[in-house]
Amino acid sequence: MRENVVIRTVSRLAVPFIQVFALYVIVHGALGAGGGFQGGVVFASSFILMIVAFGLNSVRKRLSNKWIVVYSVLGITIYAGIGLLCLFMGGNYLEYGVIEAILGIPHLHGYLLDAVEIGIGITVMAVMTSILCDMADKGGESS
Amino acid sequence: MIEAFYELFLSRYNYWMAIILMLIGLYALIAKQNLVKKLIGLNIFQTAIFLFYISFAEVQGGTAPIYLPEGVDALYVNPLPHVLILTAIVVGVSVTAVGLSLIVRIYEEYGVIDEDDLMQVVRGR
Amino acid sequence: MKVKALLAVLFIGIILFWTVEDMPAFGDPEAPATQYLGILYIESALPDIGIENIVTAILASYRGFDTLGEVVVIFTAGISVTLLLRRGGRL
Repeated sequence: MRENVVIRTVSRLAVPFIQVFALYVIVHGALGAGGGFQGGVVFASSFILMIVAFGLNSVRKRLSNKWIVVYSVLGITIYAGIGLLCLFMGGNYLEYGVIEAILGIPHLHGYLLDAVEIGIGITVMAVMTSILCDMADKGGESS
Repeated sequence: MIEAFYELFLSRYNYWMAIILMLIGLYALIAKQNLVKKLIGLNIFQTAIFLFYISFAEVQGGTAPIYLPEGVDALYVNPLPHVLILTAIVVGVSVTAVGLSLIVRIYEEYGVIDEDDLMQVVRGR
Repeated sequence: MKVKALLAVLFIGIILFWTVEDMPAFGDPEAPATQYLGILYIESALPDIGIENIVTAILASYRGFDTLGEVVVIFTAGISVTLLLRRGGRL
């Protein structure tokens, strides 16, 4: 796999397009088919393509273990944090209509939904990449 | 006679397919000795349950549950089973990931994956 | 062992096949699964929330708690695989 010029060239060309498509799928969850879970898995599949074509170290250099853990906690903090924001503004937990009624910005319900989907996408991407990096390890890994 | 045949077989074929897949997955889960094959049987069983559940959502002549532009009248399929199965798929992926990592650790510790050999090695220690 | 497993699976299969004739037909518009909640969600998603995709509207707004539990499940699976497979070294 490491010596094959065709696989390396095609992977190097395809990875940015896969990542842009994954961001498109996450953000367009409200207008058409898509959403947080689907876009997160497509984003992780671009990292899996890099592992298969270039070896494990190419992804370890770019996403060290500390950053994977930071991303996976960041996504769930965004989700729970927006819920707490609704609680502070006087409604129930995760009641987006209260923020829209107080601030008065139209379509804010839809924008909050998009923010929550981005949080879900970040967590799913980090966890899928972490699972594959841990399983692709051959015997003994330290930090 | 033809009416009964149509009622039972041709207009309910989705339940037949789901039940046959369920039986294949259940047999692989119970009767195979290799641990990885048991996990694959569990995955087949889960897929059969998803197909069974989503086939409840179909309405004849309906389209995907995304609103068409103003003024076009359309019949939409039921969106609720799609939402519930989305959650169930993610749970299935998580269970498969943890199960496979447990199998990797069992292999590193005892050296075998077969179920009978594993019982002998564990009792022999 | 395998013969006993085959007999048990066939027995379960016969019981399941016996109930197929009571289920609603495929694509029936009067099926009970679409009557109460399905029609309610289709009619009230656009006035309440204002986005076009009904499935995302249900997933993130009407059933937002289930999606929060979902993300916690996948986070727990990631942490479990890390703790099981990291041999030596720090987290």
